[in-house]
Amino acid sequence: MSKTTLKIQDITMQFGGITAIDNLSFEVKEGQIYGLIGPNGAGKTTIFNIITGNYQPTKGDIIFQDKTITGTKPNLVVQKGIARTFQNIRLFKSMSVLDNILIGFHNRSHYSYLEAIFRLPRYFTQEKKIKAEAMAILDEFSLTEFVNHKATDLSYGNQRKVEIARAIATKPSLLLLDEPAAGMNPSETEDLSTIIHKIKKDFNLSILLIEHDMKFVNNMCDLVTVLDYGEKIFDGKPADAIVDEKVITAYLGDFTHA
Amino acid sequence: MKGILIKIALITVSLGIIWYTNSHLDIYNLSIVNNIGIFAILALSYNLINGVAGQFSLEPNGFVAIGAYMTAIFIIPMDTKIDMYALVDPAPVILQMQANFPIALLAGGLTSALMAFLLSVPVFRVRGDYLAIVTLGFGFIIRIFAMNSPAYTNGAMGLNDIPEFADFRWIGSITIFTFLVMIHVIYSKYGRAMKAIRDDEDAAVAMGVNTFKVKTYAFMTSAFFEGIGGGLLASFLSTIAPDQFTFLLTFYLLIIIVLGGLGSMTGTLVSAIVIGFGLEWLRFLDDNMTIFGYDTGAHPGMRMVVFSILLIITMLFARRGLFGDRELSDILKSKSSSKRKNV
Repeated sequence: MSKTTLKIQDITMQFGGITAIDNLSFEVKEGQIYGLIGPNGAGKTTIFNIITGNYQPTKGDIIFQDKTITGTKPNLVVQKGIARTFQNIRLFKSMSVLDNILIGFHNRSHYSYLEAIFRLPRYFTQEKKIKAEAMAILDEFSLTEFVNHKATDLSYGNQRKVEIARAIATKPSLLLLDEPAAGMNPSETEDLSTIIHKIKKDFNLSILLIEHDMKFVNNMCDLVTVLDYGEKIFDGKPADAIVDEKVITAYLGDFTHA
Repeated sequence: MKGILIKIALITVSLGIIWYTNSHLDIYNLSIVNNIGIFAILALSYNLINGVAGQFSLEPNGFVAIGAYMTAIFIIPMDTKIDMYALVDPAPVILQMQANFPIALLAGGLTSALMAFLLSVPVFRVRGDYLAIVTLGFGFIIRIFAMNSPAYTNGAMGLNDIPEFADFRWIGSITIFTFLVMIHVIYSKYGRAMKAIRDDEDAAVAMGVNTFKVKTYAFMTSAFFEGIGGGLLASFLSTIAPDQFTFLLTFYLLIIIVLGGLGSMTGTLVSAIVIGFGLEWLRFLDDNMTIFGYDTGAHPGMRMVVFSILLIITMLFARRGLFGDRELSDILKSKSSSKRKNV
C-alpha cells in the first residue's frame, strides 16, 4: 500500500449559518489521481480553498505528508508542495508565457532584493538556472513556440496548459486542478488528459481534481468522492459512481416522487 | 556580456552629456533640465509602486516632503538655523543635525523608506480605492505636521537659505542611478512578482509569492528615491514650505507616469522630458500675441489650457500611455522580431 499524501480529516466549514462542508474525510494516496465531483454548490472549490489555506475550516484538520497544515498561510502552503489552478483561468494578463512560468519559480530562485538591484553574481546564476528549468517545463507542455507571446494571446486550451505549467513550476508533490477540462472541446480535453498523465509520471505527482465531465473523470481518476450539499454521498471507483443511485439523484433529481 | 557592455557605454555617454550640459548651458535652460531631472526621479520611483506593483497610492508628496525637510535641516548651517526659526526656538536636535550633502540626501531617503516600512502595515491591509484613500491621508498628515511643528520645521514659513549644492551633475547622475535601480528591480524575480500582484493578487499568492513582502519592497524603494528627490528639490530651490507638498505634487507625478505608460520606466523618462519642456515651450501662449496682424492681448493661463488639450489628444491616441507597460527595449525587440517574421 502506498503512502498517504493528503488526508482530509473531519472537515466542517460553516459560513455564518450555512454549512458548506459537513464532516468530510478522504485520503489521497501517493501517485493517485483523485476526483472530487458533485453538482454546483456542493462545496468542491471550498475544499480546495481550505487545503490551500484561503479558508480556515470551522472544524477538522488537513494533513499533508504526515504534517498538519490547517491554517497555514496560502503562500506557505505552496512552499510545502501543494500547487493549484483556478476554475476560471487566472493567468498574469500583461506578462509573457515565460514570465508567467517564472513566477512559479519565485521561491525557488534564491537571491535577495539588494542582489537584484546591484546585479550581483547570484542574480545571474539563479536567473539562468530558473530560465532553463522553465523552458524544460514549457517543452513538456509543447508550449515552446509561445515563450514570448503574451499569455492572454493564446488559445483557451493553451492558456489552461500555461496555468498548469505555472503550478508545476512551484515543484509541487500534490497538484490541485479546479475543473481543468471546463470549456474545452473533446479533442482539447483528450490532449489535456494525455498531458496530465504525462506530467504525473514525469514530475512524480499526486493529483486531486474537480470535474464535471464524467467521461474525463472516468478516464483519469483512480478514485472519486462525490459531494452533495457539503456531504459525502459516494466514495469509490468512478465506474461505480455513475451507476450509484444516490449520485444519480444528486445530479438529476429525485424521480421517485415525481 | 554584450548587454553589460551596452549598459556601461550608455551610462558613460549619459554622464558625459550631463557634465557637458552642466558647464555649457545658460542658467535658464539649466534650471529647466534640473527641474526635469528631479521630477524624473520622483516619477520613476512613483511608477514602481503605482505602475509596476499596481498599488494605487497617492502619498509621494508626503515622502518628498520628508526627504526635503530632512536634507534641508541637515545641510543648513547652525547659525543660519538660529536666525531662521522665527516663531519658536528650534529644537536642540534640529541644531545638532549637521552633515554634508550626500549624507543629508541619504538621510532623507532612508527616513522616507523607514516611514514607508511603518506605513506598509496598515496600508497593505486594504486594496484598490481604499489604499488610495489611506495613502492620501498620509500625505495630508505630513503636510499638517510640517505646518504645526515650528520647532522642527519652522511652521508655515518653511526653510530658506538652503545651500544650493544640487547642480545638474548631482541631479542627472541620481536620475540615471534611479532609472537603473528601477530597471534592475523590474527584470528580477521581485519585479515579476510585483507585476503578478498587479495582474492578479490571489493568483500570485497561489504561486507562493509573499505579496505583503513584495509590496513593501516596492513601497520602500519608491519612498527612498522620493525622499532623495525631495532632498534634491530642497537644495535646488533653496527654499521649502509646507504648501509645496500638497496633493497637486502627487497629481503632477501621476500625469507624468500615466502619459509615459504605467509600468514603463523608459516611458516615464520620456514623458518627464516631454512635459517638462512642453510646459516651458508653451509659455509664449501666456504673452501678447499677434495673429494675422490682430493683437489678441495677453491671456495668462492659456498655456495650461493648450497643454491640457494636448494631453487629452495624446491620451486618446495612446490610451495606455506612450509606451504602455513595456520598456523601450522590449518594444524595439518585438518590432525587429516581427520584421524578421515578415521577411
